Amino acid sequence: MSGKASKHEFRSNTLPALVTVGPVALLLLFLVVAPLILVAVMSFCKTDEYYNVVYEFTAANYGKLLSVDYVKIYARSLLISFITTLICVLIGYPFAYIIARTKSKKKKLLYMLVIIPFWTNSLIRIYGWRSFLGNSGWLIKILTLLHLADGSVDLLYKTGTTILGMVYCFVPFMVLPLYTAIEKLDGSLLEASSDLGARPVRTLFEVILPLTSGGIFSGCIMVFIPCLGYFFVSNILGGGNTDMIGNLIERQFKSANNWPLGAALSIILILVTILLVKIYQKLGGDMDSLGV
Amino acid sequence: MGTIVEMIGVNKRYGSNHVVKDLNLTVNEGEFLTLLGSSGCGKTTTLRMIAGFEEPSTGTIKVEGVPVEEKEPYERNVNTVFQTYALFPHKTIFDNIAYGLKMKKVPKPEIKERVLEMMEMVQLSGFEKRYPSQLSGGQKQRVAIARALINRPRVLLLDEPLGALDLKLRKQMQLELKRLQKKLNITFIYVTHDQEEALTMSDRIAIMHDGIVDQLDTPTEIYEHPATRFVATFIGETNTYDGCVTSIHEGVATVTLENGAVKVKCDDSFSILEYATISVRPEKMRFQTTPHDGFELVAIVKDYIYVGAVLKCIVSLPNGNELKIERLAGQELPPIGSRIYPYWEPEDAVLIHNDSYKIFKILDEIKLA
Repeated sequence: MSGKASKHEFRSNTLPALVTVGPVALLLLFLVVAPLILVAVMSFCKTDEYYNVVYEFTAANYGKLLSVDYVKIYARSLLISFITTLICVLIGYPFAYIIARTKSKKKKLLYMLVIIPFWTNSLIRIYGWRSFLGNSGWLIKILTLLHLADGSVDLLYKTGTTILGMVYCFVPFMVLPLYTAIEKLDGSLLEASSDLGARPVRTLFEVILPLTSGGIFSGCIMVFIPCLGYFFVSNILGGGNTDMIGNLIERQFKSANNWPLGAALSIILILVTILLVKIYQKLGGDMDSLGV
Repeated sequence: MGTIVEMIGVNKRYGSNHVVKDLNLTVNEGEFLTLLGSSGCGKTTTLRMIAGFEEPSTGTIKVEGVPVEEKEPYERNVNTVFQTYALFPHKTIFDNIAYGLKMKKVPKPEIKERVLEMMEMVQLSGFEKRYPSQLSGGQKQRVAIARALINRPRVLLLDEPLGALDLKLRKQMQLELKRLQKKLNITFIYVTHDQEEALTMSDRIAIMHDGIVDQLDTPTEIYEHPATRFVATFIGETNTYDGCVTSIHEGVATVTLENGAVKVKCDDSFSILEYATISVRPEKMRFQTTPHDGFELVAIVKDYIYVGAVLKCIVSLPNGNELKIERLAGQELPPIGSRIYPYWEPEDAVLIHNDSYKIFKILDEIKLA
């Protein structure tokens, strides 16, 4: 009797699960899990003198990554990501606050401002910045007309330019979790704070920021982690001057043709990411608010 | 007793929605004043204007004689107990209660002393390190009250503070609030839609209706001498009759109703041929099986309902209107369906001016012209 019932249960649960989750699981297995394993295996492989992958075990790739030149690039990647995240918070928070708390009918319109950039490929938008900032770009022309700059000024290929592009790309990822957190904030708490004698700045530090810290935190994770691995922004706006981990990986696979080294770099990047997410969880971060 | 809060000609409009209409209200120092009314009558808006969360569209609000309508909430010497408590979820009970003192930069040892004293007063000792989410509704309510009272405000504003509590706890908190108010001698302005709560706790009640204060008086006066038809029907149970004053003799008016003439005590403000409403509480209604001198009402007994010590008689008039008459249980009663003659002592009924008949008067005057 019970056997029959459980058999029935098995059927009714498995078939819908297979139909709904199955295809996605299969897709992920072939396109994410399998390549990841391949990358992990390759990172321990040797190359011959023509840089063909030879499937023999070595840890030399990881050893190479400890050299000063590489460590410098990791440090720069972390620094650029950190500055980008910081600027994103400073720009994103006031903006998210305004769109989350406004009672105006323009709320939806403001929200759309965050979404609209996603409608165009980010690569194209970054090229847009390059022609805008470049030597024959609009900005230089206007500055020259206003006698604020002469022909010698170069805005491209600087660390600042890379950060500008990064901030531009990642601000929406900061605004969205912040918006969610700020919108959840109970307005009567702000009234209570004011009622008890707190000026707006005190209310900000005593009530608003602590209660939206979850949003700030997930926003930072959403910006910092992808920022570490982004390569085309520093490629297009930074030239070769502001290489980041992403650029190194790209170069190993494309121009240098040293796939095992690129694989080892990728593994390092994945490990750093996992580490950051673990820290986030340890500090009480909610995976749901990351959209994971 | 001085005046502590004064509202003069205050109006509040949200777009075309006129929420508070030309409100004049004087609150005395140390009193427990309740704003009573059904939802949407403007009572909460009035309270929020005193607190500073809303700005009046026109008019002046004075606290301790100083106009405050331009001042921010943090600049006003009033504190609010919110309907939803609005406790800071990320702060302990101690820090919640200490918040106001911390903002005023009171020295830490004094904060600690005052918070612990206040927690004892609201019977929350030992809860310092807990968070609001770990407390029950009644406890949260007490924290909210303590957090406001610790600032020693001149006026405490309470916005339906007991609305979310169950009946038993609500009764208990009503008494506790009243006790605190007497002990600390702070002016309370209390908003509620619960008339029983208002009658139990208040020194004076302002009955609000459609953005207007219909009557501001002591609970007894409001119950016994309602100023408007709305007040009469809103507070307690009553029977109302609309009619026309046909004669006045030695302070007793004869009012002719649809169902016949009745007698009621009246003052000088009424004149002959004026339309008016009579309100008689069920417990003041009498009836007998023979006609009563001066009353021409005839009714049929519809039903008897026993409510403990009293008996409610439902009787119906020839025009279909039903009356409620209360009698002590255990008395001999005429059978259901029999004819009775309702009456009352003229001084037990209240005669109320009836504005809604003005329109007929105006129409009559137009016809005469």
